Amino acid sequence: MTDVTALLLSRIQFGFVVSFHIIFPAFTIGLASWLAFLAGMYLRTRVEIWRELYLFWVKIFAVSFALGVVSGIVMSFQFGTNWSELSARAGNVLGPLMTYEVLTAFFLEATFLGVMLFGWRRVSPQLHFFATCMVALGTLLSAFWIISANSWMHTPSGYELVDGVFHVTSWWQAIFNPSFPLRLVHMVLAAYITTCFVIGGVSAAYLLRGRHVQGATLMLKLAVAFAAIAVPLQIVVGDLHGLAVHKYQPVKLAAIEGHWETKRGVPLLLFAWPDEAAERNEYEVAIPKLGSLIITHDLNGEIAGLKEVPRSERPPVAPVFFAFRVMVGVGVLMLLAVIVSLVAWRRGRLATSRSLLRAWMVLTPSGFIAVLAGWYTTEIGRQPYVIYGLMRTAEAHSAVGVASVATSLIVFAAVYLFIFAAGTYYLLKLLRKGPQPVAEDMRHPQDKRPARPLSVPEESVEMSGS
Amino acid sequence: MDAGTVLPIVWFFIIGFGVMMYVLMDGFVLGIGILAPFAESDEQLDRMMNTAAPIWDGNETWLVLGGVALFAAFPSAYAVMLSGLYLPVLLMLVALILRGVSFEFRFKTQSSKRLWGICFATGSIAAAFAQGVMLGAIVEGMPLESGRYAGGPFDWFSPFSMLTGVAVTFGYALLGSTWLILKTDGALQNVVFALTRPLVAIVVAFMGLVSAWLPFLSSQVMARWFESGNFLWLAPIPLLAIVNAVALWRAVMRRAEAAPFVLALCFFVLGFIGLVIGIWPNLLPPSMTIWDAASPASSQGFVLVGTVIIIPVVLGYTYWSYSVFRGKVAEDAGYH
Ligand code: HDD
Ligand code: HEM
Ligand code: HEM
Repeated sequence: MTDVTALLLSRIQFGFVVSFHIIFPAFTIGLASWLAFLAGMYLRTRVEIWRELYLFWVKIFAVSFALGVVSGIVMSFQFGTNWSELSARAGNVLGPLMTYEVLTAFFLEATFLGVMLFGWRRVSPQLHFFATCMVALGTLLSAFWIISANSWMHTPSGYELVDGVFHVTSWWQAIFNPSFPLRLVHMVLAAYITTCFVIGGVSAAYLLRGRHVQGATLMLKLAVAFAAIAVPLQIVVGDLHGLAVHKYQPVKLAAIEGHWETKRGVPLLLFAWPDEAAERNEYEVAIPKLGSLIITHDLNGEIAGLKEVPRSERPPVAPVFFAFRVMVGVGVLMLLAVIVSLVAWRRGRLATSRSLLRAWMVLTPSGFIAVLAGWYTTEIGRQPYVIYGLMRTAEAHSAVGVASVATSLIVFAAVYLFIFAAGTYYLLKLLRKGPQPVAEDMRHPQDKRPARPLSVPEESVEMSGS
Repeated sequence: MDAGTVLPIVWFFIIGFGVMMYVLMDGFVLGIGILAPFAESDEQLDRMMNTAAPIWDGNETWLVLGGVALFAAFPSAYAVMLSGLYLPVLLMLVALILRGVSFEFRFKTQSSKRLWGICFATGSIAAAFAQGVMLGAIVEGMPLESGRYAGGPFDWFSPFSMLTGVAVTFGYALLGSTWLILKTDGALQNVVFALTRPLVAIVVAFMGLVSAWLPFLSSQVMARWFESGNFLWLAPIPLLAIVNAVALWRAVMRRAEAAPFVLALCFFVLGFIGLVIGIWPNLLPPSMTIWDAASPASSQGFVLVGTVIIIPVVLGYTYWSYSVFRGKVAEDAGYH
């Protein structure tokens, strides 16, 4: 009984801590590439606006990155503290992947970050651009390794079991496990889209208030152009991802779709209320046959239902079902926004249509919502397993007592709420202040005077409100 | 000797190197935080933090490397250690969070500058103390049953681990103060010189106390150092430590700027080597050896290839980034 509770608390803690963490990488992966783009444009054109924008977003980046780093460190220790059975049995696979992440990604990011934030006047613009690119590369490599580790737990391959312990037989197969390539593409696109909608939303907010008009118009156009490519692509990738789930994790797919019975020509449920006790749905709103068409690409394709497997093998249905609909719903809203924006652009009204600008403003946090919803679908949908089909979450837990886990859960919740509140407050302040003309003493990046490490993120946001 | 014998030895040294890098590099950054209460003004603390602002994140990454390399090369030791030390690890993580965000947040505000200064100091002190406690608890030994942790949630709590907790905190403070001697000048440098003198004495005393106590706690350490003439072979280490301590003291007295930091680093390295000699070939005393805990050659070998290639590259660009920020950090750094 005690064990059950410690397990439950650890699951709540893990879900909470990882949800907190992902918010920041999802944003910083995109921001780092955006900063590399801005720095590159400045190098090429030497037009001042690019540098203003760079120096503005780099401050936002510094705050989000710090929050991503501190929450990430918690993550990498949690495998040992709370999931020590998982570590002992799957450490041979997960450990090396995460070590490569530290070696190739974290050192790169963390070291070049210093030059990127504080070295503006100490190195040449070329080197500074290089440092920014290295940070961006680091964020992508980080995503590569950690998504590989995560995907391996969804679709384990390239291993053999020796006395219940996983040993790797082929690293190639383990790293490039079946669900990895699509998941990586989907996640990186998700990060880019999340950032894109923040940039677009912030620009729209400036335009609505008539502030920073030149920079905001430029950024909004870039955001619309990028979203016009990335959002449709993401929907295609998401569809392919769904096909892969159908193939490798049919029970998860049944939960996503809300299907209890195995049938041909199944409908697509737009809404329903899954009732797990009664093994059926209430209040279904459905489009006939579309479910089969999307998942099997055949109007009469067969889809397995949840009743194929005993209850003990099923994930919680309702959270998976709803989380998926939230993600797809957000994706559809994004697509609508892009289409309307493209039309407005052609008519030359992109930066002036107030209702459109308001829509972009409302969509500012949409990427974060979709990312979290996507991960809830993925991770809750694989329950009751932590390594799909091979190791149950209940077996993965450490032998730590309920009092210890309760303590850590409360402490993490308190500390995270505290730093999240502070971080959000400072981010909003920075956003409200907006891009500023580049100060005179910062115009000479070649300047190599020692001492005075200039400090982009160090300038207080409260000193000079706008 | 086959791969299963050699690889764990190689990994023991790699992880030892990683942990030492962390202790040295984050040691001085944590030291800055431990000394934060002695800053005479907000501007002095700003300047102290600015000596580390561009590099602290890279330094902290060595901790992440130590953690995940242990996970990769010795998964069962990782599992036992972290689940057995659940509460000290929790303390360390929370402390590192507060310390880390303070670097960003303190410079974003006027009204709550105090608050983040306090978070910076308490985070640094608590992280250092927690690391010292973990060190003490590991050296003292962790109860195991068939390769799994078999103790209670408070087994790490002992007079010895409290002593190592305090010792490490003072040790980091010394690293921090000698770093600040190197990176500052003027009034602030005077403040840290005044702090460094007593710190040298305290740290040497703690080192002596821990070295004297440890053999009585662990028969293995006793045997390693004092049986079958081992002491003769190992004597250079304590002797060097003594010479080092004297040199450090004199360097501080004659107000050298770089020597105190270098000598403080050397002092830590010697202490670390002394500890490792005592517990070898155990990873977790008293009974989990590096071979018991090792992951199979397929895993250790796979990561080794990358490690051997990438670590030198990491060291290379780390050196470069330090050289970009070399020199004294001026009073007005960061103010426009
Ligand atoms: C901006 C973010 C975003 C957007 C707009 C979408 N997704 Fe997504 N989705 C993610 C962000 C995301 C994610 C956070 O990146 C997930 C979680 C884990 C993963 O692999 O990607 C995810 C998972 C995920 C999964 C589960 C995969 C699994 O369980 O292994 C499916 C089937 C889809 N997505 C499908 C879609 C479809 C059909 C979309 C069309 C609108 C869509 N996603 C939009
Ligand atoms: C970053 C985005 C992620 C989010 C938001 C997320 C979310 C979640 C949630 C909500 C659970 C709990 C499921 C349940 O108990 O019903 C979970 C479980 C888990 N996830 Fe993830 N996850 C993410 C990424 C990852 C990654 C990258 C890994 C590994 C490399 C991972 C490893 C695990 C493990 C080991 C569990 C099992 C423990 C448990 O079930 O609580 N997750 N995740
Ligand atoms: C359970 C899974 C995870 C673990 C153990 C983990 C671990 C970590 C650690 C230790 C750091 C700090 C690195 C440093 O010291 O500089 C970090 C930061 C980071 N992580 Fe995670 N992470 C996880 C999930 C994810 C996911 C799902 C992604 C994205 C796809 C991600 C991307 C990043 C990035 C880009 C950073 C750099 C900091 C930032 O951008 O905010 N991580 N992570």
